Amino acid sequence: MSGPSTYDPKTGIERWLDQRLPIVRMMHDSFVDYPTPRNLNYFWTFGAILMLCLVTQIVTGIVLAMHYTPSIAEAFNSIQRLKRDVPFGWLIQNIHATGASMFFLAVYIHMFRGLYYGSYKAPREVLWILGVVIYLLMMATAFLGYVLPWGQMSFWGATVITNFFSAIPVVGEPVKEWLMGGFAIDNPTLNRFFSLHYLMPFVIFGVVILHVWALHVSGQNNPDGIEVKDKADTVAFTPYATIKDLFAAVLFMLMFATFVFFLPDALGHPDNYIPADPLKTPPHIVPEWYLLPFYAILRAIDFAVGPISAKLGGLILMVGAIAVLVVLPWLDTSKVRSMRYRPVARWFFLIFVVVCLVLGWCGAQSPDKIVAQPGEFRIDATYRPASGAEQTLAATGHTLEEAEKAFDKQRLAAVDGAGPGTLDKTVLTPFQFKVTQLSQILTLYYFAFFLLILPILGLRETPNRVPETIAKAIGAKRAAANKGA
Amino acid sequence: MVRGLLIAAVLAFAPVTAAYAAEAKHAPKVDWSFEGPFGTFEQASVQRGFQVYKEVCAACHTMNNLTYRHLGEPGGPFAAAGKWDAASGTWKEVSLGAPHHGTRYVPAPDNPFVRAIAEGYEITEIDPTNGQEITRKGRPADRFVSPYTNPYQAKAIHGVAPPDLSVIIKARYDGANYLHALLTGYSDPPEGETAPGGATNLSYNPYFLGGWISMPPQLVPDRVSYADGTAATPDQMARDVTAFLAWASEPKQITRKKTGFATIIYLLILGGLLYAAYRQVWRDVKH
Repeated sequence: MSGPSTYDPKTGIERWLDQRLPIVRMMHDSFVDYPTPRNLNYFWTFGAILMLCLVTQIVTGIVLAMHYTPSIAEAFNSIQRLKRDVPFGWLIQNIHATGASMFFLAVYIHMFRGLYYGSYKAPREVLWILGVVIYLLMMATAFLGYVLPWGQMSFWGATVITNFFSAIPVVGEPVKEWLMGGFAIDNPTLNRFFSLHYLMPFVIFGVVILHVWALHVSGQNNPDGIEVKDKADTVAFTPYATIKDLFAAVLFMLMFATFVFFLPDALGHPDNYIPADPLKTPPHIVPEWYLLPFYAILRAIDFAVGPISAKLGGLILMVGAIAVLVVLPWLDTSKVRSMRYRPVARWFFLIFVVVCLVLGWCGAQSPDKIVAQPGEFRIDATYRPASGAEQTLAATGHTLEEAEKAFDKQRLAAVDGAGPGTLDKTVLTPFQFKVTQLSQILTLYYFAFFLLILPILGLRETPNRVPETIAKAIGAKRAAANKGA
Repeated sequence: MVRGLLIAAVLAFAPVTAAYAAEAKHAPKVDWSFEGPFGTFEQASVQRGFQVYKEVCAACHTMNNLTYRHLGEPGGPFAAAGKWDAASGTWKEVSLGAPHHGTRYVPAPDNPFVRAIAEGYEITEIDPTNGQEITRKGRPADRFVSPYTNPYQAKAIHGVAPPDLSVIIKARYDGANYLHALLTGYSDPPEGETAPGGATNLSYNPYFLGGWISMPPQLVPDRVSYADGTAATPDQMARDVTAFLAWASEPKQITRKKTGFATIIYLLILGGLLYAAYRQVWRDVKH
């Protein structure tokens, strides 16, 4: 769809270079004259915002690496020294730490946008898969990076995650030891994590180039999901998309700056300001917020299925939760791309977003936390005094402690009245709906959305009428807006 | 879809029942001068807090990430301003606080208040010329002196190593309120509750996770005597030392917030200009 190049070298030096390495032509065709659909909304600015995030992380990260010491004795203190003694070290460190969260926030919006508007559908399958690869690399990079400050959460998060590799049959243990460089998280782990954390962003950068390349071959999708038919449907990338992307990027930076300057610790965990201590486990080990939904899926499986242990089952589902995105282009059977014209799918999508958010909440909670408990604890007992008639005792309470306390009063009263005797006691535990069960239901929906709802719905749903061209879609929208006014 | 609605209903009406037996008491809120986007430190309070740290906390707690010169850097408790006298090569008219007209910050290594504090400590080190252990007076560049000669001593003496205080305010949830509540919140244990294992070296403190803490109550009335005449009540000492530790956890935090305001204003103006440019560019395009 890019069409013939319109680049016209004006100066001698441009012509000279163009015949030898047409790099200026490539940039011109990709970022100046590149036709973009004219109906794009602000969700389409997140590509540029993500590029900004990646560059920010790489630039601040390179500076951080100049001051960071990858040794378990010095890592924690070297970051404190950077924040206290290096000019603007506090700023660079805050930007990098907050930047990770901002990067994920942007990538999640970008991904949900792709899901809603069907950006994964033909001919953009490879574009979408490359995006999933970038996301996977981002998760790895973020996990490796979170270990580097060598705080309590760094250490114990790394312990929990690497432990899950041991669930893989046969090769699990060797893989785990190979990752850790020993039998526990220690100095070799920190050194290799630092090395890989420095490598990964450049791998991401490489895949981003492929992602952008694939984008420029198939062209951008748009909110109406209609293929571009002619020039009337598009505007030039520069100045139209450039100026809009810049404006949106500044709005994003405003939020970014608010966190960097006024809430630098809001997205982190206080425990990571405690230096790592292999002998002291924190009461709750939680990953960073952006990994919480997957952590909830990982922990949702608390039962073994045949030869698959609960641990392995959790790992399979967590990996599956991302792997399912790779095959999504072939799971969704709908002919209509954008959910703007899919009245039923829209609602399932909305539930899917809520499910992901609640999964994130579950990931932050203790798995035994009680979400709902409709009944009460009940203690029934028969008291048989040595002399006299037997008595029936019963007590209830919202917690076991409360019930026990209430029961104890009755028991003492009975003993006081009738003298010593024997007690025959049963405790009835009410049904408790815990975080684990909630996570199981949500995980079920997560997979059902991709494996059942999208394949079946695509065949059964009656979509609304899709306009033939983007220009007509804009016309219809304007007419509706005018009628409303 | 029905399932989704059911979950929503459960979430909306579920009573929160996570009653952990060992959950710590919630720290009451104190009105700190340094909180919020406009908050700043009261230099006198942070100075008093340093005194409490020096005379009470430092007996057991390290503060590895601080040097004495940090105390005299802009925003620090002993930051001072004066006039540079080029003829004598010394600072004149040095007084504590921010610079006013005609004066500027004295660099921390030259700051007489910081030098006096540092010189009050004896530093033990190895003389590189002969390998012998020597002692010398402290200098502004020295790290806060540790009460222990090696890291194992702390645990050997106290049973558990007292935590380092450099970033303690950031290392606890709701750090400033928590610390103030912890320092002033010692009480008798609830009826029937005893220390785990019958330990006699633990004190009861409802704000501490688990209730039993190795640190005995410290801030009894007049534990320190303030030079500025402030009454050394436990609450006052707790407030002061918390302010000091809050400053120490991030000495650049006031600079951070000020830089933040400039950045936000810059971005707002830039955003406004870009929005105007965007409207201009797109004015004739139907979209």
